[in-house]
This record gives sequence, structure tokens and C-alpha cells, in this order.
Amino acid sequence: MNHAIFERNSIILLIGALIVVSIGGIVEIAPLFYVQSTIEKVQGMRPYSPLELAGRDIYVREGCYNCHSQMIRSLRDEVERYGHYSLAAESMYDYPFQWGSKRTGPDLARVGGKYSDAWHTEHMRDPRSVVPASIMPGYPFLDHTLLDYSNISKRMKALKALGVPYSDEMIASAGKDVVAQVSPDTKDAKALVARYPKAQVRKFDGQPAGENVEPTELDAVIAYLQMLGTLVDFTKFDASGPNLR
Amino acid sequence: MSHRKIDEVTGVETTGHVWDGDISELNKPLPRWWLYTFYVSIVWAIGYWVVYPAWPTINGYTKGVLNYSQRDQVQQDIEAWKSGHAKYRSQIAEMSLADIRKNDELFQFSIAGGAALFGENCAGCHGRGAQGGIGYPNLNDDDWLWGGDLEKIHQTIAFGVRSGNPKAHDTAMPRFGVDKILDEAQIRDAANFVRSFSHLDVDQEAAKRGAQIFADNCAACHGDHGKGNQEMGAPNLTDAIWLYGNSQDAVMQSIRTGRGGAMPAWSERLDPVAVKMLTLYVYSLGGAQAEAASASAPAAGTDKPK
Repeated sequence: MNHAIFERNSIILLIGALIVVSIGGIVEIAPLFYVQSTIEKVQGMRPYSPLELAGRDIYVREGCYNCHSQMIRSLRDEVERYGHYSLAAESMYDYPFQWGSKRTGPDLARVGGKYSDAWHTEHMRDPRSVVPASIMPGYPFLDHTLLDYSNISKRMKALKALGVPYSDEMIASAGKDVVAQVSPDTKDAKALVARYPKAQVRKFDGQPAGENVEPTELDAVIAYLQMLGTLVDFTKFDASGPNLR
Repeated sequence: MSHRKIDEVTGVETTGHVWDGDISELNKPLPRWWLYTFYVSIVWAIGYWVVYPAWPTINGYTKGVLNYSQRDQVQQDIEAWKSGHAKYRSQIAEMSLADIRKNDELFQFSIAGGAALFGENCAGCHGRGAQGGIGYPNLNDDDWLWGGDLEKIHQTIAFGVRSGNPKAHDTAMPRFGVDKILDEAQIRDAANFVRSFSHLDVDQEAAKRGAQIFADNCAACHGDHGKGNQEMGAPNLTDAIWLYGNSQDAVMQSIRTGRGGAMPAWSERLDPVAVKMLTLYVYSLGGAQAEAASASAPAAGTDKPK
């Protein structure tokens, strides 16, 4: 046995350990990038609308992922509680993904549509006003902080470089679309929904809507939350075949 | 290496490391039990590759002889769990709510299941004890916005309120202030009049002026005497139950904005049996109305407009 070579030379031991560990990494991780069945074939997924994207950035900024996961595991109790297990396809436009690893609060992968906008508004201002046992901090500043979306098209360009299929038209009209999503019954809102199917258009934070009303940060966060988990059409999802794993 | 030494006492080779000049380290082989466990675990891993999904291939991965799949497994787990209750679930699925109500076993099963569903899905707004809160109705009392018999509770849970579902309750009160239908003074007068129904402390002069504003703008839905109308979800304004509070400010805000609370359409998220179980749970909370009573007694919450 020539084990003594490894035992007596720390650099050779280090290199040997690196080789062994990277074999494991290559076998487990690398195929996910080239195997076609990693991301399921689904209908309904689209990139985030600019307002949802801005809301997602606030979600990341405030560290929501520290307490909330966005990943319903394929276990009975989770499916019973939160709904259909999460699919890889549902986070394919997430950079970075928000699966999280810790649930101090509940999973949010399918929180969209579960509560009303008014509930979210109240809950963000003071979580204990609606859920007395909650330990979530309040975010009362969101509803009177105007959303800064001056660089939203740059953010979308960056995501496009990473592979999110934003069209040039989407990027060009990003700023307009942010305002359009809180301006129901306008021409811009119609154009937004054409670009981003299933996008919900309304003033999310309960403040009066109107022509050229600037969205607040709360609008963005609620628009993002109300969209979560609602895009994939599960009536058309085939859980067998290549999607079975 | 040159310092290959044999320990005189044990006859075992040493590593050459020496401490304090005379303590040397024996170069003993690994314990046999450890080594064999290691070999067994390697063989075990090979068995695992054969049985379970393991190695990536060009287009996918090796499926293993068991054809195991987590997604299959969760489906089976759910089926197995549901089949344990199949007797109840199939009956609940087929029977009318009124018949389930009369069957004690099914009713108890529904209440127990409904309570769990309520905790996860409804308590966020209506509270853990269904006591409600500002903007979210108390479900324990006998005051109902959209009707409190089995069928009506079921409809409200299944399709929601202003949820976007085509069958949802979607009548909405006008935003008298926001849309400038009434001016601020008129809103103050109307609020005084509305609060006078339940004998709250009001400005009598303002209330008198408000009476005409109420008749012109509010009576169509809330009724001439403010008794409300469950067809439109117009609350009874004469009782002591106030969804958004009974202060002058709160009532004025309600008139200004129309409020328009919303509730999801739960048939879009839960299966039909779950919606029925929830209905029976809410029905069991205490304030529900019997089928016949609400059908034959329009006085209970239906003050029909002229």
C-alpha cells in the first residue's frame, strides 16, 4: 500500500480529497444542466412582469427567504397543506432561486390567491393584526415608499443575459409596464397582459388607483406574492412520462 | 524512507514519529471490523444503483429495477390516505349537504376534517376560532353577509367573494367618496344617520339630513330600514355587529371607499369534498341558519328594496 504518500504529504492529500469530492459533484450536479428532463414541460410559465420582478427584488432585499421557503416537497403532508409539489419549471426564471432552506414561516410557493390584497396590506403593516401568533416583523414602510424602478430595464437585461426570455419589446416597455400593472382598465394594462399572460392588474396596496399613479413598494411585493405558484396550468400537467421522477 | 523502525516490545513497525525522545507511534493497520464495514457499504452502494434511480445518462438517468419515483410515491401516499377514508369521502362527495348534516357519523367526520382545513386555509383572516376581525366576518354569530344556510355557505366558500371566479359574489358597494358621488359633508351626514339605526351617539341634526341621502343612495341595497340584503351582500346596519368598526370615522371610511372585502374561491384550491367539509364545519360553529328558516323567513336579513 502506498497510502503513506497521502498520509505524509498534506498537499497530495488535499489534491486527492478534491478529486474525490469533485467526482461526486460532477456526477450529481453536472447532468442537471444537460439532461433535458430536468425542467418539466409545462404550460403557462412566463418571465416575471416588471412589477413582479421589482417585488421579487424587494423580497430578496428584505431577506424573506431567511424564513420562507418556496419549495413544496413531494411529501403528502406538504401537498395536502400547500398544494401541488413545486416543479423545477416553476423556478426556471429565478436568478437566484428562492427555494430557501428554512421555514420559520410557511412555504410561499403557492401563496398567490390564498389571501386578499387587503389581508396582505394589513399583514405587511402589522402581521399580528391578522395572525396573532405570528413572529414575523412588520414592514410598515413599504406602503408609503414609492417604488424605485428607474433601472428595471437594466435588471431585465441582466436576466436576459442569464437566459430569461425577455423580448426586446418587454425590456423597452418595462418602465411603462410597471405603472400599467397598477392602472386597471387602461390601454397600457391591456398591452401588459398581452405581454405577460395571467398578470393581475390592480392597485394592490388598497390606495386609490388612477391614471399615472406611481406604484409603492408594497404594490410590487403584493403583485409578486399574488402571482406565486399561479402560472403553471396543472390541468395540462402530465405527472407521468419524462416528468416522473 | 530511511527511518523505518520496528518497536522492540510489540514487534510492530512505527510511523517514525517520536515524542519526548522515547514515545513512538505504532503503524497499526485499520481495525478489521471497520475495514469490512467499509467494503460492505461499497457493495451496498452497488446494490442501491441497481434498485433505485442513480446514475445520470446522456438523456436521463438509470431508473433502477424498482422504478421508484418520489412523484409516484407522493401520489400513492395521498391515494392510500384518502382510501382510508374512502367510505366517508365517497358519501360526502355524492350526498347533499343537508343529508350529510342529518347523518351523524358523516357530520362528525366533516367537522373534524373541516376544522383542520379551516386552520390552514381560513384562520389567516377569520381567526383561529373563526372570531373574525376588522374586515373579516365572525363566523360564530348568526349575522351573515351572504346567507348562513348550508347551500349559501357552500357557495361562498366554493366561489368566494369578489375573487374573480365567474360564480363569485361580486356585487360591490359604490365608492361614494373616492368616485365623488357624495361630498365629504354628505358622507358625514349619512354616517350619522346609519349609526343612528343602532342607537349610537350621533349628531341628530346631521342624522336628519342623512336620512334623505340614505334613502337616495343606500336604501336600494341596505333596505329602507337598513336591515341589509343578503342577495347583494349588503350588511344589516341596525345590529351591533360592524365589520369595519362603528366609529364615525370608520363608517365614513366605509362610505367613502365601499370597502369591498375579498375572499378566494376555494374550489380553485381545494377538492370538492374538502369544500363540503369546510362548509359543514362553518355551519357547525353555531350561528348557522336552518334551510327552511332562511327560505321562508325573508325578514331575517332581507329588507327588500321598494
